[in-house]
Amino acid sequence: MTDTRYDRAPGDGFTPANMEEGPETGVLVYTVGLLLAVILTAISFWVANTSLLWTPGVSLGLTALAIAQMGVHLVFFLHVTTGPNNTNNVMALAFGVLIVVLVVAGSLLIMADLNESMIPAELMNLHMQH
Amino acid sequence: MNVNVALEEDVRQGARTIASEAGPAPKRIVVGYGFWIFLLSDIVMFAALFAAYAVLAHATAGGPSGAQLFNQVSVAIETACLLASSYTCGLMSLAIGSQRRLRTYVAAVFTFVLGAAFLTLELREFAGMIAAGAPPQRSAFLSAFFTLVGCHGLHVTVGLIWLVVMMLQIAVKGFRPTVERRLLCFSLFWHALDIIWVWLFTVVYLMGVQS
Repeated sequence: MTDTRYDRAPGDGFTPANMEEGPETGVLVYTVGLLLAVILTAISFWVANTSLLWTPGVSLGLTALAIAQMGVHLVFFLHVTTGPNNTNNVMALAFGVLIVVLVVAGSLLIMADLNESMIPAELMNLHMQH
Repeated sequence: MNVNVALEEDVRQGARTIASEAGPAPKRIVVGYGFWIFLLSDIVMFAALFAAYAVLAHATAGGPSGAQLFNQVSVAIETACLLASSYTCGLMSLAIGSQRRLRTYVAAVFTFVLGAAFLTLELREFAGMIAAGAPPQRSAFLSAFFTLVGCHGLHVTVGLIWLVVMMLQIAVKGFRPTVERRLLCFSLFWHALDIIWVWLFTVVYLMGVQS
């Protein structure tokens, strides 16, 4: 019974149950996460302010950096891994990400389309005057 | 033949230890998973606010735009505070795992101070914007901005109150399983807020300065 493979609670990297690595490993994991997050944040701020890069590509680069940093946070701070004891957590996360993408991308797409097919402001004012 | 036997042995081992035959999972796992689901629904709510902001980002109605209002230095300091606070929160959960009271308190104090510093900077930024003629009712862009960033700030405020309550519970009740489960939920909440902030400073502040 002792080796029953329950799923791990999210965020539960180093509970007494799976403490064989010792608390030093825990500190190391958080520190590596912090360093990676600081590096990615610094690159984000640099990319936003530099004039060296091709401007239209900057927002795409910022998006990629943000997604990378969210991944770092998920793995090093929330301890969401691809291990078999994490399947439920990852499935829930995947569903959450699906909804987020649908809401954000869907809203942007629909509103951009509506804006394009809207009556120009001058014509609108003419209509209003009647 | 030997390989087959070994495989069968593996299958039997696996069948004996699957979770569904061992009864319900420990409460810590159930509670953590339930709170994880709540956090994901919270993130979906933030997604709706992000979508509103992204749609309205250029609807300034002749008022000030993001590029004129945002101060990147202050945003960088806020980001550093929240990131460091997330790190000390991680150290706090390690201290809780090994049930060390003093380390828990020290890490909690750092987490609280850094979170409070973040909140103070954000409130000063809001006050400065309102004083400079950019209150939420000025334009759709500013309404969306204050809703999105304010909602995150409200979450941080709730997190700070929660942290104080949890420290009082440790002082009064000690490291009981119930208290430890609540602390697990708190650290999940705090790390999730940091993830939302990463999204927020990229979309609102860094991309806002671009255009």
